[in-house]
Amino acid sequence: MSNYAVLRGASYTLAHTPDMVIHDGATQVTERVVNPDGDYLKELPKHLRSYEDAVKYAPNQAYIGNIDNEELKAVAFPWYENPTEITDRTGKYGEIMPEDEYYGLMQICDTFDLVELEAGFAADVKAKLAANGMFTDAQVAVLDKNANFTEESLAAVVADGGCGLYFNDKLVGVIKKAHDVDVNLSAHVMLENIASKATSVLSLLHLVRVTGIDPADIDYVIDCAEEACGDMNQRGGGNFAKAAAEIAGFSNATGSDTRGFCAGPAHALLNAASLVKAGTFKNVVVTAGGCTAKLGMNGKSHVEKGLPILEDCLAGFSVLISEDNGTDPVIRTDIVGRHTVGTGSSPQAVISSLVTDPLDAAGLKITDVDKYAPEMQNPDITKPAGAGDVPEANFKMIAALGVKKGAIEKKDLGNFIVEHGMKGWAPTQGHIPSGVPFMGPCRDMMLDGSIKRAMVIGKGSLFLGRMTNLFDGVSFVIEANNGQSEGGSGVSEEEVKCLIANALKDFAAGLLAQ
Amino acid sequence: MDLENQKRVKEFYDQYGADQLVVLVGAAEGEAGGLAAETVALGDPTFAGCLAGVSLKLPCYHICEPEIKEEIDEAVYDEQISMMEMVLDVDDICDEMNAIREQVAEA
Repeated sequence: MSNYAVLRGASYTLAHTPDMVIHDGATQVTERVVNPDGDYLKELPKHLRSYEDAVKYAPNQAYIGNIDNEELKAVAFPWYENPTEITDRTGKYGEIMPEDEYYGLMQICDTFDLVELEAGFAADVKAKLAANGMFTDAQVAVLDKNANFTEESLAAVVADGGCGLYFNDKLVGVIKKAHDVDVNLSAHVMLENIASKATSVLSLLHLVRVTGIDPADIDYVIDCAEEACGDMNQRGGGNFAKAAAEIAGFSNATGSDTRGFCAGPAHALLNAASLVKAGTFKNVVVTAGGCTAKLGMNGKSHVEKGLPILEDCLAGFSVLISEDNGTDPVIRTDIVGRHTVGTGSSPQAVISSLVTDPLDAAGLKITDVDKYAPEMQNPDITKPAGAGDVPEANFKMIAALGVKKGAIEKKDLGNFIVEHGMKGWAPTQGHIPSGVPFMGPCRDMMLDGSIKRAMVIGKGSLFLGRMTNLFDGVSFVIEANNGQSEGGSGVSEEEVKCLIANALKDFAAGLLAQ
Repeated sequence: MDLENQKRVKEFYDQYGADQLVVLVGAAEGEAGGLAAETVALGDPTFAGCLAGVSLKLPCYHICEPEIKEEIDEAVYDEQISMMEMVLDVDDICDEMNAIREQVAEA
């Protein structure tokens, strides 16, 4: 009974990394191998956005919390043609960090002296990070170790298998390989992992700012990004969570990594809410950093159609799940959808297992959920790439299932999508768009009373790992806190209704059996 | 079309031959369905996969096209596909798929 874990806050951060698009995005890395002299690589640099343009971009401002979904909806589409007037890099959930500062943050997050920055560049970045206000003096002082690094010394490291860090097309830093032979510790892998850790750390620091929690009060951290860290003897050994918690100063926390492709965050949030509800821990943080490989993932389509490269930011998020305080929205760990081994892979089977099955079991209708948060990819990015409007497709599927279930009329399908859906705003960084971008706005909307119930849906393409052909997904419901659950004695009106409905269902089944 | 899928289609083609194969796609949009059909019939238009410059001329249909729907048990179709049929722009998908098949016929 009751005593659910609550959603105490969420942070969202971006790092604008246009040079990393060129050097580290998988599409571009592949192109350099198969078609090094092709037009795409020649054209690409002309399509990169400035930091100022990335800040003014409406979906980015929605991600860090300076505009809400209604305000985003009011911006004329395509959004890349209609920038906002907002020049503020910080929002209520987080910030958009420029590339030079981000390289400095990568060095702060590097505990093995693998990151080296050119001395003058490092001095500039140090001053900027000090002014940012998010970092301690000791963290900023990490950049002092670059005094002897020159462009020549950095170039020598690159020639020896290191990865260059570029700013405005100039070599300003390197990531060294961490082992001479082990590919799991190559410079490329270390760059991906330190980049993921750094965006996670930035989000953790903002989570502390957003929620006001004392970092010492955090018991456990779960990382749910899509990278793996380890060496040749244990390739996915981990643990990003504890590594990031260390830099963020969560001195009393331990943690672990949870993986599930794009469904990872939903799995991690379920784990976190369950750990809190069980009383194992009081404060659990779910966190993830960004993915350099996905930078410019749809770049070819964007360049071909004359668009800017819109996948130019690494993204991160952190969510704080805590014991019930009677105020914050509750995570209903008893209304959970699961795509099981036996579910099947047709979209109808997937959506039924994640949406209608758990709602049916709880005695709820599709229309009883005010907002659904499936994959919230920004359609500005996906539509020109031929992938359509992903959130809208999900809302259409949920609505169509509602029609099949008789919960809504077919003519009301369009209204359902508007009322129960949202415009997507998340960067296409795999795990980042998957339900979790709504955790922050969801809390705000429940606290101000504009919605009462939401469903977060995470879906993952497991087959990409070639271990199984299966798809995956989990979902759960978040509800406004009725203040009665504290102490475990309160039963909500909805629960009473649900209990009565289930009792009547059992009674009817008994009669039929006779 | 995904590079790995191109490889698998090519392997099936080599194993069974064009007469024994139909490629069935489930793309969410006409354009994506058409691209897949083009890839397995005329060659990979992005020149990225193993079907670049390779014209297999395989017949390709979308799961929501009437020719395929007729072949499937009604109850199974209702349970597995009818929701997506309501969601997708089936007319647009059929137009795109027909256009590619016509191109193949003329080629």
